Amino acid sequence: MSIVECTDIKKTYHQGRVEVPALNGVSLSIEKGGFVAIAGPSGSGKTTMLNIIGGLDLPDSGRAVVDGNALEEMSRSDLANLRLQKIGFVFQAYNLIPVLSALENVEFVMLLQGVAAAERHERAKEILDEVGLEGTYDRRPAELSGGQQQRVAVARAIVSNPSIVLADEPTANLDSKNGKGLLEMMKEMNEKKKVTFIFSTHDPMVMEYARRLIYLRDGLVADDQVKER
Amino acid sequence: MYFQLAWRNIWRNPRRTTVITTAVIIGVWSMILLGALMQGIAGEMVRNGIATLTGDIQVHHKGYRSDPVIENSITDSQVVETALGTILPPGALWAPRVRVNAIASNARHSSGVTLVGIDPGREATVSFIGKAIAQGRYLTLDDTYGAVVGKALTDKFETRLGHKLVLMSEDAGGEIASRAFRIVGVFRAEMKATEKQFLFVTMPAAQQMLKLKKAISEVSIILPGEQQADEVAAALQNALPSTEYEVQTWQELLPFVTAVLKMYDGFIFLWFLVTFIAMGFGIVNTLLMAVFERIREFGLLKALGMKPWWIVKEVLAESFFLLILGMAIGNSLGFLSVFALSVNGIDLSSLSAGLEFAGMPRVIYPILQGKDVIMANLVVFILGLLVSAYPAVKAARFTPVEAMAHT
Repeated sequence: MSIVECTDIKKTYHQGRVEVPALNGVSLSIEKGGFVAIAGPSGSGKTTMLNIIGGLDLPDSGRAVVDGNALEEMSRSDLANLRLQKIGFVFQAYNLIPVLSALENVEFVMLLQGVAAAERHERAKEILDEVGLEGTYDRRPAELSGGQQQRVAVARAIVSNPSIVLADEPTANLDSKNGKGLLEMMKEMNEKKKVTFIFSTHDPMVMEYARRLIYLRDGLVADDQVKER
Repeated sequence: MYFQLAWRNIWRNPRRTTVITTAVIIGVWSMILLGALMQGIAGEMVRNGIATLTGDIQVHHKGYRSDPVIENSITDSQVVETALGTILPPGALWAPRVRVNAIASNARHSSGVTLVGIDPGREATVSFIGKAIAQGRYLTLDDTYGAVVGKALTDKFETRLGHKLVLMSEDAGGEIASRAFRIVGVFRAEMKATEKQFLFVTMPAAQQMLKLKKAISEVSIILPGEQQADEVAAALQNALPSTEYEVQTWQELLPFVTAVLKMYDGFIFLWFLVTFIAMGFGIVNTLLMAVFERIREFGLLKALGMKPWWIVKEVLAESFFLLILGMAIGNSLGFLSVFALSVNGIDLSSLSAGLEFAGMPRVIYPILQGKDVIMANLVVFILGLLVSAYPAVKAARFTPVEAMAHT
């Protein structure tokens, strides 16, 4: 069953008078429970693709259906709701809220969802334990290492049981040891909880871990490989 | 968690928060203190005016105010007394007077004065004169030839207690009446002009001198507590024949003071407005800086699913805390400074000549009025939140993609 279905997605950015085509007609379909890397050189459109799948941006033309929702038919408010309920994000630059502790950062999404305080507290602690951050609940991002911050970001992304986690260059600011540890953890989450992971990356280590590799070049799918398990 | 997030966010840059909070503190403090000083001045002007024979309400023969001559006296004071007995609320006090322009003279000087014939017992309850005696004694009802004069008048006349003054005026028959009075008491007043203007004798002495029989010039009334003079004056006017009597409140009797009070209200409003405008720019600037520094963070919040309205609420919550903090400290400083100044007041005696001309007291005691404090706080709070709407909406309008691409 497809959780992401993109048909002929086109997107052009306008920088002053210059038009920069990012996607020139990308079609792809991602199965539920997938562990997919969208790779390619800089400017190939990988981040744009991820933004469109995540409802952060809308295509100029084409159709994107995410977990049964046609994104171009949705209002900004509906898109925000979709992101809140169905999609988790892990960004390159951790993007934790600096004035909240690790626990509070993880709780934040559940707060936006309206989950009761006691339940969010409990789930946040559990997930932080799962990602190997027990005992760091009260530390603020500035008091955590890069690897730890990224784990908090992953914890925040999955604590609300999303259908999809979109990770944009999640290992870019990590050393290889931390990067590997992060990928192992995400792989385990994918296998245990059946959460679909979609990465945008040009890190060979991420491509190595991915079970499917979609290669973009010049805004088009240049290659699409499913690896044998 | 909005409030928790907002509270922590304002302390991300403690220096900036301290600067803007200080601006709010100074703004609120100045609004409260200046408002209290203005109210103190205004209150003292009104009190002086009322105590200096005006009272809350006066009753005259119709036409007396425009032409205060002896022909416009109240010939039948019983009618007025009956109306007063019916209309005045419990606790109200009143006193009849004879009041004419006269010439006072001695061997050295002569001067125009206002001769006031009083019922000493009643007069002491409605005006300043009962408590103003600085030398000698107050009048008693059997003082046929006794007079109480102001200190400034005795200085002007180079006379003193125990000496005589001759008073001359037109009597009820149109003839010149004169009588010598002995100074039995000297009074001090807030203003030297009052000391020079008024000369008090007993009402029977004045009536006898001016051949008035039982006629009087006016009745002065003091109302209890916060009783509204307008309502009582209107009721009294309805109870008295309007062709023969006129009833006026202190606002009508003291138009200069009334005009100054309105002007003070205007000053207070202008001060509040100017203070707020200065503060408002600071608030907007601070919040805009805080918002632009956190563009990526707002992008993240939107990416996570936070709706624009929630972002507006969060930024407004930051403004709320800045304002509340500033207002709490500003109010505290305002109350403390008003309390401190209310003990000894601000002594402006060195400017007394100029102040007296304007009818202002020499020592100003600030008076806190609830409405001024509420107005100052409402102005700061409501307008503060309103001007914060611009940076709040700005924060909410970043799209996640633009915001997170921001460096």
